[in-house]
Amino acid sequence: MSGNVLVLAEQSDGQVSDATYELLGKGRELATAWGGTLEVATFGPTDVSGQLGIADAVVRVDHPALASYTADAYEQVLLQLLTERAPRLLLLSNDTVGLDLGTALAVSWDASQVAYVMALAVDGDTPVATAQILGGKILAEVEITAPRGICTVIGGSFPLAAGKGDGTPEIVTAAAPGGLDAPRISLRAIVEPDTSDVDITAADLLVSAGRGVGSKDDLEVVQELADALGAPLSASRPVIDAGWMPKTRQVGKSGLKVKPKAYLSFGISGAPEHLEGMRDAELIIACNTDANAPIFDVAHYGTTVDLFDLVPAIVEEIGG
Amino acid sequence: MRIAVILKAVPDLVEEMELTSDGTDLDREYLKFVTNEWDEQALEEALLLKDSDGAEVVAVGMADDPDIEQALYSAVAKGADRAVTIAGATGVDTRSRAAAVAAWLKDNPADLVLSGVQAPDDLDGQLPAALGAALGLPHVSVVVSVALDGAAAIVRQEFSGGRAADLNVTLPAVLGIQVARQAPRYAPVTRVRQVMQSTTIDEASVAVDEAAAGIRVRRMYPPEKTTHAEMIDGSPAEVAARIVELLRSRSLVKG
Ligand SMILES: Cc1cc2nc3c(=O)[nH]c(=O)nc-3n(C[C@H](O)[C@H](O)[C@H](O)COP(=O)(O)OP(=O)(O)OC[C@H]3O[C@@H](n4cnc5c(N)ncnc54)[C@H](O)[C@@H]3O)c2cc1C
Ligand SMILES: Nc1ncnc2c1ncn2[C@@H]1O[C@H](COP(=O)(O)O)[C@@H](O)[C@H]1O
Repeated sequence: MSGNVLVLAEQSDGQVSDATYELLGKGRELATAWGGTLEVATFGPTDVSGQLGIADAVVRVDHPALASYTADAYEQVLLQLLTERAPRLLLLSNDTVGLDLGTALAVSWDASQVAYVMALAVDGDTPVATAQILGGKILAEVEITAPRGICTVIGGSFPLAAGKGDGTPEIVTAAAPGGLDAPRISLRAIVEPDTSDVDITAADLLVSAGRGVGSKDDLEVVQELADALGAPLSASRPVIDAGWMPKTRQVGKSGLKVKPKAYLSFGISGAPEHLEGMRDAELIIACNTDANAPIFDVAHYGTTVDLFDLVPAIVEEIGG
Repeated sequence: MRIAVILKAVPDLVEEMELTSDGTDLDREYLKFVTNEWDEQALEEALLLKDSDGAEVVAVGMADDPDIEQALYSAVAKGADRAVTIAGATGVDTRSRAAAVAAWLKDNPADLVLSGVQAPDDLDGQLPAALGAALGLPHVSVVVSVALDGAAAIVRQEFSGGRAADLNVTLPAVLGIQVARQAPRYAPVTRVRQVMQSTTIDEASVAVDEAAAGIRVRRMYPPEKTTHAEMIDGSPAEVAARIVELLRSRSLVKG
């Protein structure tokens, strides 16, 4: 069994993503423990191999169908690389790309997958992954006993500094599989984020509302507090999806990453996708009536007082 | 046009999670189950496509899922044309469910297969991608809108930071829905009751090879409370005072 680890590099505008560096750092550690090599796959016309000095080998594949990301093309190329290079473990970020590719490759490459991974170690020869499931309420420690494994890793789980290095990896250029000439998914247009609203990533203080607020009308209560504090209102994804607030206010994995001096959350449970966007705030104060809500594992201060009792009391305290 | 929507019953996250005595699994006997919220979004997107383009919508569940009939009757009450349970799946894990659904879809092909982008309990990955690979079909996850255009779907896929891509996807295809274009519609209880009287859920059964899982759960446990927040006790006014003091000490409250 090989002790090699393969990481898919994600990039945008020619920059390798932070999530990729996290995977590379962890991949380096595992490959070293197994006496194997760390390989990184990078697709498309942009050469980012100069940013991948931590790896032993960079495998580049280019083809017109790889100019922008699609699940169809990426999956075909990765499957070919997995078959040829036969790593012990493939590491993907648990983002859109990981959700697209992880389980598909588990099926087509006949590997075993652990999703929502937030910790990863080796015990003897066996990879042991800790996954955060059920909205973060339960952790599962899982051995990958199969000879081929795939871990999709939650962003922010590993230090990214460990993924940066200044070695000179071997550069391998691999041919694209023939299937790419007839792609079943093609890009029509890239949709850029809306920047017309306030920039919540620039605020020192954020007041953030979750599904616990219950309705668009009740959002007024939290809006009053935001107004009293002169802070923008931000929100978890369900509040945005329900159409109560614009997408520009969404904090989390598929929204914005924020790092204010203080983050006040009301009625947010603290699902991994939300925590990814705010766990680095300097001060986190969380209000949630469920004492077991995972938000309390990242918050500095917490309260289980009902938000509809607490928020008006804070407004009054500020006014008085 | 036939659209299959795959639904899963998952533990209600609002409840306390109970574990089995050996601590390696959830104790499902005492848990309350609800339909996976993302599957509800997938159903809504399918019904929106039916409204705009005309389609037969089939709601599909696993026979062994707790209270799945209720979810399927509710789907029919909202506008699905029929409902099916599949027997023969081995459990809650994604791989065995995908194998069962794929086996059923091979005999009951659909132009579009929609399911939630993820379920909160799928430790071994997500159904849409697994189904795509098992059926050899193109698949897209984190989808936030779908439109039909002849033999293709136009799909918006979301990435982080508010970026997205509009894609052409050749049909048949599998889509993992993050959110429907509008909030899931509501079926009044009286309508669901009517449906329960008048509708028969089809029962299908499939044979799937029991694939070796290749993963072994050592233990499940609630996150250790070592990093837990300092809880502020007291009346709302007392808690409010403490919070404002914390903000004032950081000069985050004016005045
Ligand atoms: C691909 C993908 C990307 C995602 N991206 C994001 C993202 O960017 N951002 C994001 O936030 N989510 C994201 N999610 C969704 C995420 O998984 C959760 O569903 C979401 O974060 C939950 O939001 P919530 O905490 O507001 O709601 P819930 O989990 O429903 O929590 C509501 C909380 O409110 C509490 N509550 C209820 N009433 C009261 C009251 N009166 N007073 C106080 N507390 C109360 C409850 O105890 C509960 O804990 C994503 C999911 C996927 C699959
Ligand atoms: N050439 C590429 N190689 C790897 N990942 C990419 C590449 N281009 C885009 N991505 C990733 O694909 C997703 C969509 O990117 P974009 O198309 O720029 O919105 C993001 O997660 C990017 O990091």
